[in-house]
Amino acid sequence: MSLSSSSSRGSTRRSQIAGVVYSQAFRSAFYQVILAIFVLLAGYYLYSNVVENLRAQNIATGFRFLSEVSQFEIGERLINYSARDSYFRALAVGLLNTLAVSGVGIIVATILGFTVGIARSSNDLLLKKVAGFYVEIVRNIPVILQVIFWSVVIRNLPPPRGAVELWGAGFLSNRGLTVAMPNADPSHVWMLVAFVAGVILSIIAARFIRRRNDATGKHVDSLWVSLLLITGLPLLVWLLSGAPLDMSIPERKGFSFSGGSTLSPEFVALLLGISMYASGFIAEIVRSGIQATPRGQIEAAKTIGLKPWYITRYIVLPQALRVIVPPLTSQYVSLSKNSSIAVVVGYPDLVNIGNTVMNQTGQAVEAVTIMMVVYLTISVVTSLVMNFYNRLVEIKER
Amino acid sequence: MRNLKACLLAATVALATLPPFSVFAANGDTLKQVKERDLVLCGVHPARHGFAAPDSKGVWEGFEVDYCKAVAAAVLGDANKVRYVPLSSQQRFPAIQSGEVDVLARNVTANLSRDTALGLNFAPPIFYTGTGFLVRADSGVKEVKDLDGAVICMAPGSTTERNIAQIFAARGLKYTPVVIENNKQLVDAYVTGRCDALAKDKAALPGVRAVDTPNPADHVLLEGIYSKEPLAMAVRQGDDQWYDIVKWVVYATFNAEEMKVFQANVDEMLKSDDPDIQTLVGMIGDNGAKLGLDQKWSYNIVKQVGNYADIYDRHFGPSTSIALDRDLNRQWNDGGILYGQPMN
Repeated sequence: MSLSSSSSRGSTRRSQIAGVVYSQAFRSAFYQVILAIFVLLAGYYLYSNVVENLRAQNIATGFRFLSEVSQFEIGERLINYSARDSYFRALAVGLLNTLAVSGVGIIVATILGFTVGIARSSNDLLLKKVAGFYVEIVRNIPVILQVIFWSVVIRNLPPPRGAVELWGAGFLSNRGLTVAMPNADPSHVWMLVAFVAGVILSIIAARFIRRRNDATGKHVDSLWVSLLLITGLPLLVWLLSGAPLDMSIPERKGFSFSGGSTLSPEFVALLLGISMYASGFIAEIVRSGIQATPRGQIEAAKTIGLKPWYITRYIVLPQALRVIVPPLTSQYVSLSKNSSIAVVVGYPDLVNIGNTVMNQTGQAVEAVTIMMVVYLTISVVTSLVMNFYNRLVEIKER
Repeated sequence: MRNLKACLLAATVALATLPPFSVFAANGDTLKQVKERDLVLCGVHPARHGFAAPDSKGVWEGFEVDYCKAVAAAVLGDANKVRYVPLSSQQRFPAIQSGEVDVLARNVTANLSRDTALGLNFAPPIFYTGTGFLVRADSGVKEVKDLDGAVICMAPGSTTERNIAQIFAARGLKYTPVVIENNKQLVDAYVTGRCDALAKDKAALPGVRAVDTPNPADHVLLEGIYSKEPLAMAVRQGDDQWYDIVKWVVYATFNAEEMKVFQANVDEMLKSDDPDIQTLVGMIGDNGAKLGLDQKWSYNIVKQVGNYADIYDRHFGPSTSIALDRDLNRQWNDGGILYGQPMN
């Protein structure tokens, strides 16, 4: 940015100033500053207006309420919580529930979406048509209706007394899916550690194998090594700690079941609704990625005798991912935002808990601000992670 | 392009010098606005049978709807000059605070934190109730302690969530709440068996049982009331005149019943010799002027809407599908706690 670029050496001081004022750079900077001031002033005006009016109406403001006792229970929680805990903790419970349903939702939507997307670009006519039908259905019905649909379906399952027994390992009823779970054991923590170690080791191993492949020209697929490391290490830890097989088997008791773990109907309905909706879009993204690989490359690969699996894994997929990842990011972001539909079916996500907090304290502005900041953070973090991944798969210009 | 930039500059200058826009209610503002508009904006429940719900032709009816009408009859002389604004539990307080509605007659439980932190003023309660439970008849539940471990459906943003936590904690019982905002979804969750019990204001449950359940005989209300829920109309703090009007509209319906002035006989009562009744029907005194209203304000209420008994019986009387015993909602001299302050 050189403001004096348009001024010439021999001109007077006056024309120098005029040169600056009339320069393109100065003018565009000037109007940008004005716009920035305008936006800031507008924001400040709205903020001060809200504060002023709330004070005038004797409505409490500020975030002090967060430390007060919440006095309400929450049905589903990942951390300990009771009505004697603070509003802050109640909101934390809601946030974790939001993260849980979005996290699982992203995984389910990705698996479903990739499966359907690949099926949609297959040569099998029936598979292709079924996948196409699925995509048209799930992406053209509003997500809120899909969530309500699943919640109605689940509610109309038999009650606990007539629950469908799943081979002695669990029950399916209108109270959700209750399944047998291993009882907590100290080895579980170490299995998790082993799993993380497996993931890290497999990344290192993959690099090593690639370098070796490049050097020797002999091909070894790193996928199998990775799979072995990721599943084998936790299994080894489990065996070494004496293979604890203590299970909590659900039994009918009182109003519902005791023992086991339950996925609530609200969670399942919300999960199915938002992840199937997203999977329709993801399937199309995947298909477009696959089709973006030039046909000539695939034909050339066939000509030199590569097996179909190798073609997919080493030629189509690496190129498809470059096309897939950026739009996939926005699907993930919109999936986590869609999880706020929880309110409709009664899953205690952040918005649901936030509503209750808002009503008990009357501090709508603060509660809504908290929710907005949290969703913004979730979306930004999701984008950052996906952008990082995108940099891994994008074309490396050397 | 030049124009756009000029506009931007002008807007910035204008914004910097703009006075804050206020929604704060000053004394007398609401009455003035209502008269200018010739319409009372009344916040009501979107669908609570007996209290407020549109009928099959879309006409609003219900106990609280009648209180909206009573305010309109008193202020504008015409009970039909009301626009009903259906509000969810979450919307109701911002709606009254921001002046979107003039009065809130929406199953609001009066309590200290709402009176203070929400910047509201509560008129005298028009309906005393408490948390009640609807359960399936075949569940064998007879009292709250039988609900240990149960899943309980309730609406968010009501005092119910807090009351249930208190009721169960006090008895050392456990429960799982399922909190659903949408009334249809909430009732559906109970009816289909997602929940063992539906917790709501007890007064609302007979309506749910009669209208929303496929077979009302399969469901029973638990005996007893488990919390205090005085339902009252609310107005914004800061406009004392409007608060006085709403408060005395309520007392007028109480007093009219106590004086046995009914919708059916109010015209005969114009000839009464009793000075209290003469005051009520606006033959003597200047109550109207004191409130800033027409001299006939309380006559209009009784004539067009009715006294408390007229209103109650219209929606919860023995001839209705959701007949409710008046219980606490009787006059003070009849075993209840309705006590209209004297109108002199």
